[in-house]
Amino acid sequence: MADTKKDVVVKPILDNNPIALQILGICSALAVTSSMNVALVMSLAVIAVTGFSNLFIAAIRNHIPNNIRIIVQMTIIASLVIVVDQVLKAFVYDLSKQLSVFVGLIITNCIVMGRAEAFAMKNPPGISFLDGIGNGLGYGAVLMFVGFIRELFGAGSLFGFELLPLVTNGGWYVPNGLMLLPPSAFFVIGLMIWGLRTLKKDQVEEPEFVMAPNTK
Amino acid sequence: MSANNDTISKTLIVTISLCVVCAVFVSAAAVGLKPKQLANKEIDLKSNILAAANIDAAGRSVQQVFDENVVSRVIDLETNTWADDVDPSKLDERKAAKDPASAVTLTGSIDRAGIKKHSRYKTLYMIKKGDEIETLILPIHGKGLWSTLYGFMALKGDLNTVEGLGFYEHAETPGLGGEVDNPRWKGVWPGKKVYGDDPLNPEIQLIKGTVDPASKGAEHKIDGLAGATLTSVGVTNLVQFWLGENGYAPFLAKLRKGEV
Repeated sequence: MADTKKDVVVKPILDNNPIALQILGICSALAVTSSMNVALVMSLAVIAVTGFSNLFIAAIRNHIPNNIRIIVQMTIIASLVIVVDQVLKAFVYDLSKQLSVFVGLIITNCIVMGRAEAFAMKNPPGISFLDGIGNGLGYGAVLMFVGFIRELFGAGSLFGFELLPLVTNGGWYVPNGLMLLPPSAFFVIGLMIWGLRTLKKDQVEEPEFVMAPNTK
Repeated sequence: MSANNDTISKTLIVTISLCVVCAVFVSAAAVGLKPKQLANKEIDLKSNILAAANIDAAGRSVQQVFDENVVSRVIDLETNTWADDVDPSKLDERKAAKDPASAVTLTGSIDRAGIKKHSRYKTLYMIKKGDEIETLILPIHGKGLWSTLYGFMALKGDLNTVEGLGFYEHAETPGLGGEVDNPRWKGVWPGKKVYGDDPLNPEIQLIKGTVDPASKGAEHKIDGLAGATLTSVGVTNLVQFWLGENGYAPFLAKLRKGEV
């Protein structure tokens, strides 16, 4: 591993983003980005879970029997997610009601499991923890970006503060209802990946096939 | 290194110790945070009562607004009278529904809400202006499609006009039955009338599609939830059960005449 500690944390945010490049964890990104508040809490929850699951899994990686390693990883991840869910219910009850099942579904978020299997099983705890935090941040960055666009254009507000006065409240902005529905996140994430890959050409994947010549 | 990890004894040791550690960790979190969660739940319940009655807490603490406006009082559904010997803050209706001493068992066609048992003691919430009841908030619950819906129905002082309705706990399909939480749908309820001529027989119901305001009996009809027929049927049943002769209707009739 030539990566320095800083690389491990910073790279997943733009260069090796779990959502934009690895296309992992899309499902929850569609569901919880209709407002910034929810996206922020979800991001923090995922950062905590990826970080600590990587830490604990890396700590016992030399003792995990190979044939039950996935179950061991799931047990650790599931325990962490339950704890996070309990903490949210105790301290931010309203938001945890909005997040409802999606906190529980962090267990099946491909990013957590993917990083545990790909990184934490092979690296020491310290660097694994940072890798988890980095990937959580990468996921969070996308969530915040999508949440920003969806809440601003869908509800005319950010973090619940009204920026574009709505027609229904006597202002001028007609909100775009589609933005509050999950499909809009598909469009926003798609456009974002397009933009990112136009800027950073090395993220473009090799085409799986090439059009044969003289087919016209 | 990894070769001796795969022996049966090592596998068992790792699995068992991992389970023990995780179990302790999870239960510690669950037990340690329980009091805080319960307090949150209570505040949430109170804010739902206020929401059903269309009272806006407007930045003030829910607890404070609740204490200033709302009076809680327990009724006994067996005798249809106030049961002032029961302290509303200590009454747990879900527990009481399981205790044979305080449970009312429902069978056959009486059990329209699909709840089998309910507590004979129910806490009603009132918003009073002087001695007059301005809004009466009734706890209601019943089966939808997947889950039991728990909510509140608020009636105006005539005990017939709906002031508001809201469910605070359910697990219906998000986007379909889950639309019982949609503010636009909840906004259809205020102003509707529960009873027609018979004060024991509620006529309020959800219909398929949208209510035509010019149609006959439109004041008793509520728009159904699109794509959620079973949840809509469940809501109709539970509302009609609780406001019917086996629910609050006899008590409401007495209250209207001033007999209790």
